[in-house]
Amino acid sequence: MTVLTLARRTGLVLGLPAVLFAIWWFATAGSTDFYVPPLSTILGKFGEVWTGERLLSDVVPSLVRLLTGYLLAVAVGVGLGLVVGMHRGVRDVLEPVLELFRAIPPPVLVPVIMLFAGIGDTMKVIVIVSGCMWPILLNTVEGVRAVDEVLSDTCRSYGITGPSRLWHLVLRSASPQIVTGMRQALSIAIILMVISEMFAASNGLGFTIVQFQRSFAIPEMWSGVLLLGLLGFALSLLFRVAENRVLAWYHGLRRAQRNP
Amino acid sequence: MSASGSTPVLTKPAGTATGPGGVGGGRVRRTLDRARTPLRGLAGLAGLVVLLEVLPHIGVVSADYLPPASEMGRALWQLLGEDAFWTALGDTLTGWGLGLAIAVVAGVVAGVVIGSAPVLRAVTASTIEFLRPIPSVALIPVAVLLYGTDLESKLLLVVYASFWQVLVQVLAGMQDVDPVAEDTARSYRMGSWGRVRYVLWPTALPYVMTGVRLAATVALVLTITAELVIGSPGLGNQLAVAQTSGAVPRVYALVLVTGLLGVAVNLVARAIERRALHWHQSMRREGQR
Repeated sequence: MTVLTLARRTGLVLGLPAVLFAIWWFATAGSTDFYVPPLSTILGKFGEVWTGERLLSDVVPSLVRLLTGYLLAVAVGVGLGLVVGMHRGVRDVLEPVLELFRAIPPPVLVPVIMLFAGIGDTMKVIVIVSGCMWPILLNTVEGVRAVDEVLSDTCRSYGITGPSRLWHLVLRSASPQIVTGMRQALSIAIILMVISEMFAASNGLGFTIVQFQRSFAIPEMWSGVLLLGLLGFALSLLFRVAENRVLAWYHGLRRAQRNP
Repeated sequence: MSASGSTPVLTKPAGTATGPGGVGGGRVRRTLDRARTPLRGLAGLAGLVVLLEVLPHIGVVSADYLPPASEMGRALWQLLGEDAFWTALGDTLTGWGLGLAIAVVAGVVAGVVIGSAPVLRAVTASTIEFLRPIPSVALIPVAVLLYGTDLESKLLLVVYASFWQVLVQVLAGMQDVDPVAEDTARSYRMGSWGRVRYVLWPTALPYVMTGVRLAATVALVLTITAELVIGSPGLGNQLAVAQTSGAVPRVYALVLVTGLLGVAVNLVARAIERRALHWHQSMRREGQR
């Protein structure tokens, strides 16, 4: 019985992807269209292009920029968010300014930051930081504002103040919102990594893929598109695993509240 | 504590410090704060302008990179007098609006179809989870090859990015249907159209609205990205041209325009959401607060 349900479940999970993959494979099998090469060719190129030295010269630098920028954005966003969220006056003064900054579509920052930082790695990291800190910052502010008043009073009567209040009460109760902001920021970070490399760079994933496209190396280009897709998927999967670990208490609480 | 919300009582009357009276005192203070908040916000914006004016003048940042606010203002004023700017704005808004409309219609239709049949939901779940996080900028080279700098390449990126936002929200909404309402509809022998109209749609509408709001923002980002990177006509392209020709104040003026556009999109989306959901619990509670 359990074997059957297991088989059924894997069938459901893998069924449609397998069908779609097969359609793609057979529909393009004999393709002579220059722009849409057979999937077999693309997959063949995939191994060839992305495993050799390009892994070190393009994929790794891109990932390093992405992670550096993202982690810096998390640090800055949460730090500023705590300050802004805990001080009513600061929040009132800064809110419209922050809303304006958040509303600026992040890609337009690329040309602006190029003015300051040239086209090196620093530029790309700054672009990523300045694009993805806003969702984290604003979500942290919201989370800090919404700290449960009873918990807050309890902390005060037990004399929990200063850093331990920050750590045990404020950060902990704001963490679901912070994580939401971080999830939004992750997809922005990937977009900005690719765009900043497409715009001006000498290596990296975005740069290489655009080079392939400009030199009409079509199967290589498609393999790059596939790689970017896989990267996006893998990062969101990793994020979800991390989220489930960090926010296990919160998801449990929600479940308990929903079915008392 | 019966002090009405409009009386500005600055010193708290004795006895409001503790007990239930404190709540009323809080309300007075809150009303006062509410009047003060926009003023503070304006002060913040004014502070930003002053900072932008002063920083280049005292030499903290070179005026070559960050021109003073007055110069940005002049560039913006000049921009507003140009026909090319308004054409570009029109191009951007066309790409955004068309892309968003296609994504919303497709997302709602697909969401309702998939969401109303548990089998379809189970079969498609893994595919949706795989396709959704794929960054739409990965499609840029494909869009360039297939459509060049035409409107279609912009639309491909915009629709791909915003479709998932809508679809996922619609699916969540369809799942949220109250079983009691569903059973009631069945015992009144409502037809399938009636069930969709009176049970499913009201439940899913708040989710749809959230999806549309998120999609509106994402669509704007992707429209401008396409213009910036691919070179389709629009604000993003104007920005790229200004940057390569070294017209720095113009770059900042255009960034400001895109920011204001973003604020406008957000405000309009929220207003529509509030209108469409004025009957909903979340909005009514918000109004009371």
